[in-house]
Amino acid sequence: MQGAEAVVATFKEFRNNVKPNWCPGCGDFTVQASIQRAAANVGLEPEQLAVISGIGCSGRISGYINAYGLHGIHGRALPIAQGVKLANRELTVIASGGDGDGFAIGMGHTVHAIRRNLDITYIVMDNQIYGLTKGQTSPRSAEGFKTKSTPEGSIETTLSPLEIALSAGATFVAQSFSSDLKQLTSLIEQAIQHKGFSLINVFSPCVTFNKVNTYDWFKENIVNLEQFPEYDPSNRIAAMTKIMETNGMLTGLIYQDTTRKSYEDMAVGFKPEALAKQDLTLPEAEFEKLLAEFK
Amino acid sequence: MESLISQLSWKIGGQQGEGVESTDRIFSTALNRLGYYLYGYRHFSSRIKGGHTNNKIRISTHPIRAISDDLDILVAFDQESIDLNAKELRAGGVIVADAKFAPVVPEGVDAQLFAVPITAIAEELGTSLMKNMVASGASWALLGLPIEVFNRAVEEEFGRKGAAVVEKNVEAVRRGAEFVLAQAGGPIEAFKLAEADGKQKLFMIGNEALGLGSVAAGCRLMSAYPITPASEVMEYLIKKLPKFGGTVIQTEDEIAAVTMAIGANYGGVRTMTASAGPGLSLMMEAIGLSGMTETPLVIIDTQRGGPSTGLPTKQEQSDINALIYGTHGEIPKVVIAPSTIEECFYDMIESFNIAEEYQVPVIVATDLQLSLGKQSCEPLDYKRIEIKRGKLIPLDEELAPTEPNKLFKRYEFTEDGVSPRVLPGAKHGIHHVTGVEHDEEGRPSESAVNRRKMMDKRLNKLNALRITDAVKADGPSEPADLLIVSMGSTGGTINEAQSRLSQEGIPTNHVTVRQMHPFPSDLLAPYLERASKVVVLENNATGQLANLIKQNAGYHDKIVNLLKYDGTPFLPSEVYQACKELKL
Repeated sequence: MQGAEAVVATFKEFRNNVKPNWCPGCGDFTVQASIQRAAANVGLEPEQLAVISGIGCSGRISGYINAYGLHGIHGRALPIAQGVKLANRELTVIASGGDGDGFAIGMGHTVHAIRRNLDITYIVMDNQIYGLTKGQTSPRSAEGFKTKSTPEGSIETTLSPLEIALSAGATFVAQSFSSDLKQLTSLIEQAIQHKGFSLINVFSPCVTFNKVNTYDWFKENIVNLEQFPEYDPSNRIAAMTKIMETNGMLTGLIYQDTTRKSYEDMAVGFKPEALAKQDLTLPEAEFEKLLAEFK
Repeated sequence: MESLISQLSWKIGGQQGEGVESTDRIFSTALNRLGYYLYGYRHFSSRIKGGHTNNKIRISTHPIRAISDDLDILVAFDQESIDLNAKELRAGGVIVADAKFAPVVPEGVDAQLFAVPITAIAEELGTSLMKNMVASGASWALLGLPIEVFNRAVEEEFGRKGAAVVEKNVEAVRRGAEFVLAQAGGPIEAFKLAEADGKQKLFMIGNEALGLGSVAAGCRLMSAYPITPASEVMEYLIKKLPKFGGTVIQTEDEIAAVTMAIGANYGGVRTMTASAGPGLSLMMEAIGLSGMTETPLVIIDTQRGGPSTGLPTKQEQSDINALIYGTHGEIPKVVIAPSTIEECFYDMIESFNIAEEYQVPVIVATDLQLSLGKQSCEPLDYKRIEIKRGKLIPLDEELAPTEPNKLFKRYEFTEDGVSPRVLPGAKHGIHHVTGVEHDEEGRPSESAVNRRKMMDKRLNKLNALRITDAVKADGPSEPADLLIVSMGSTGGTINEAQSRLSQEGIPTNHVTVRQMHPFPSDLLAPYLERASKVVVLENNATGQLANLIKQNAGYHDKIVNLLKYDGTPFLPSEVYQACKELKL
């Protein structure tokens, strides 16, 4: 019994037989593989993982991983994921979606999920465009970026999710690139192990609709933090400076605060075990006490 | 000789933030201690300080569930309170007012005025904050009720602040009482209430009963965004849920509130949210997700005046159409409208059960008067608390392994349309959940055959559902031509109108529709059949309940609308008058 149970799941056990409907070459394949590897590497069993996703090409990811998965509504992956975590804090919960999902329709939830600091991991597949609706501008599109909805080029400022995350009080901020399976896998492992909310923004190129921000373009423009051995991810000011210096084009673990407790640990009275396992019966004596307050 | 009365109405008015609420609270708590039945009404505005506000309480020796047409005692902190409310006073009524503003009885009002130096006495004792104590002491004294009971309520209110504070407040009560008794020459004979049964009742607002019912139902999480008149549910539960391992999360908006609740229900915890019209509008897309993914969900909608921001602090029953039809596409959904404070409690238990047994969203729709009117509540029965979770497989139950490349059939086609439900965390229970049309394992499917079967499975689940007292007959049941149909808090008012009509030889029947959706036509039809005229009474402008009846049960020719949408609840006299005119 013990022997059989002790076999740790490999990343293959996080695969299922569903063929993703992503375009060949889509950056999201690497994100899928990285989640599967990271989950196995940190010693999870498939049933201990819940992947909650939004709507968009990237939102389909929850159906492509052999784990519990909920593909919800556009922009709302985070509140759903937080609900799952509150219900069962023994689960590892990963929320995921695209840049439209997390930084346009769902931006309000993103900022507040960061502030709330529940122990979940949020992976954004950032392709700077709306793919599933066939090519409209996103808050991550560069100024001047021409799309079906901005034929003369986008005239809005590009949103910087990393700066926003830091200023909202994020306790874990990282960024990666779909060409770097190793780095992304490692960052997801660290994010899962981080006790609080983790944001990983992943440059995940759309090979069909975004002909500007291509794999080659990212390779030319991004800076890996490994190049700066002196970089200290616990220094929030340095993190903000580095983001600004690189115009947000950096990858690696940008910031981590290991001192702040998660929401679950701070909420007074909140059970350390999974609430979902709790007996719902209200003892009669407790009921009488509740009634007495109204006399 | 003195004759004792069986009921009395008392009102306190002043500027918002001036102590109207606390005066009412202590005064009514003391009355509750004596065993009187109470029914309260709050008139307030959407602001914190300033603006006229008043609280009215009806005090009775027998159960009452309606505000009264008139008023016996008015306590006024300013002239505006007199000017706005004196017309309600019955002949021989009393005004207790602060001498500070040199109160005047408006022309044409037959009332006795006692100008009590309310502010002056309070200031003399140290702070004008004690105005409420002086005022309530004075009005208590006019009723000739035992002062010890009142002082005990004061002690409870201020006990935490120490003996000195209690003593000061008791002194304020005493001074108020002393002054007014000297002026009036003793308690007012006409206001002597017969003794109550002495049994302390539960005394609460509907929102507290909803919260209490949720705790009893095993709800352990709530995610919500503040809104009038729903916030008290959240405020009650944040005090209680941590005692049972759970918590309340105040979210960034109602969309987050409802989707977080869906996530937590999917995770296996009974979770709800509560809001009012504007919040419900924001939740509609997510309610569709709950219906489509067959994830249990309980939502409270405390209806208020709409549309848009509407009349946020006023009575209305105008969300029913939106609750039934608001989501896009077609999903199974249950809408329940409790009609009494006791039902607020029991309906929450039933709603959580239905949500899990049928795996559907359940909306509990109250109205502002039911949610905020503080009133006596009959004893709540512990034995009626029963938790039924339907086809939920508990996390500790072992499942058989699924075949290779197969997932757990979370959406298995079954005879009753309800599939086994497994929670994330369960070994061998992995399945997919999506708002996209899906197959039995939850995987997206665009197959026409599957689509039809899945739609039928979901939509037929509720065919047989009839909640407890889905259609509730009350009041005098007699052979009568006239049937009154209502929903929500208006039943007590209707019952009073019925007694008056009955005394005049006009028999009527009354039924309350409690299950708004799916509509229980089969239960309502026999009543409609027997009546020759059906008055459908509701607080909205378009007759939403009447239309539901016509659409589902028919009887168009018999149905007459009785509508009120000015933000105030029906008065017994209005219902009486309208019905009488119909009969003549």
